[in-house]
Amino acid sequence: MLRFFSALAIALVLPVLFSSLLRAQSASHQQAGVLKGQKAAPAPRHDISGIWDPGNDGIQPLGPRAMPDDGKPEHQLPYTPLGLETLNSHKPSNGIRSVLPGETNDPVVTCDPQGIPREDLYELRTTQILQTPLNVVVLYEFGKIWRVVWTDGRDLPKDPEPRWYGYSVGKWIDDYTFAVQTSGTDERTWVDRAGRPHSSDLHVEERFHRVDHDTLELTVTIDDPKMYTKPWVALDKLRFKLKPPNFDVREMICSPSEFAEYNKVIGNPASGKDPQYLWHRDRHGPRTTAAESLPLLTH
Amino acid sequence: MRERVANSKIPVRVAPATQAEVWRNSVRNKTRTIFLGLMTMSVPLFAHHGAAAYDTTKRTTVKATVTEWFWANPHCFLKFDAKDEKGNVVHWATEASNPSDMVNLGWSKQTFKPGDEITITFMPVKNGQPIGRIEQVVLANGQTLSARVVFQNQTGSPSGLGVSK
Repeated sequence: MLRFFSALAIALVLPVLFSSLLRAQSASHQQAGVLKGQKAAPAPRHDISGIWDPGNDGIQPLGPRAMPDDGKPEHQLPYTPLGLETLNSHKPSNGIRSVLPGETNDPVVTCDPQGIPREDLYELRTTQILQTPLNVVVLYEFGKIWRVVWTDGRDLPKDPEPRWYGYSVGKWIDDYTFAVQTSGTDERTWVDRAGRPHSSDLHVEERFHRVDHDTLELTVTIDDPKMYTKPWVALDKLRFKLKPPNFDVREMICSPSEFAEYNKVIGNPASGKDPQYLWHRDRHGPRTTAAESLPLLTH
Repeated sequence: MRERVANSKIPVRVAPATQAEVWRNSVRNKTRTIFLGLMTMSVPLFAHHGAAAYDTTKRTTVKATVTEWFWANPHCFLKFDAKDEKGNVVHWATEASNPSDMVNLGWSKQTFKPGDEITITFMPVKNGQPIGRIEQVVLANGQTLSARVVFQNQTGSPSGLGVSK
């Protein structure tokens, strides 16, 4: 009899416990992340909010992921003569046209703002998106900056005062795709790490597409008739994965003092600009490198 | 309880109860993701930050004593002393990636302190100055830390591999 009642008690309690756990799973699903082998929950309508991580795919050292500056024919941009001239005046520290660290004129190395679209196209890291009734706010890890995309129906301003991050308006073009239009950007910024140029006539379109509950895709199109003969796609569905809402986004800030220290210790000496280290060449002779003077353990 | 959940054939998810658990999950995911990242086609570290100054054909490995570990953007750098073939002490400065990348590779601001004895492999600069870019460091306790930031070739399809932080 005792065994019977014990079994009955277990039979009655277990389903209650199980359903509680399933509710916890359902609730925690909202936090992001699915167990291996499970399909993500469907995309919520008109919702791209959350903390999104593109992984290392967002670093984009050679230029934007869909159009890197790698010398390949399919990645050659349709420059106008002015576009090519401006490109050649830019001395990047990455890519096929890279110069020594002490010779670059990349504005970011003096901690100037990246601006739009470069904030999407270089060092795009964990990104938080907030939605309010009137706007969408995007918080970027690199530079710890934010930008506002107005969704109240306003038009982009005509002939505005340039801003590093321009002026942005956005709207839903379907239930899961949010399209952003940006203009009025400052000409001092580069489009990307490779030094692609833009003018004050630049127009950028970003499409944020919620694929499912845990996945967001970003597509970026560049349109600048002064620099390019036709629009080109810089990012083609770059994927982000949703992080938990309590995820702590790291700081990644360009500090002028830290950059100055880096240039003093690494950048300028590596470029042969710092006479402080010339003593070594004089000591060991012009043909002997510092590395060759070391008792090597392995090669 | 969590072991039973992990071994259960029923897909059950228990929400992290504490911040500590969030961090542990992050480390576990990070380790798994780094392993998966290494299985894909990788682009060397220098492609991230430019290699114009470095002799990419050479690698140098030496035993050294740490003098300074600078944890900052744009790149962390490690200063150390190593003796040349004549027994003279040479003051080296070698760079790694930014703190965000280095944390994902298991490094931290506390990884080194002055006086630490290490074995370091690096790529020297072309102009002969005692400057380099770190490939890896072996600590006194035998732990090996790689400084190679791994990411998929940019011409490939999106990897979908996040580096959980």
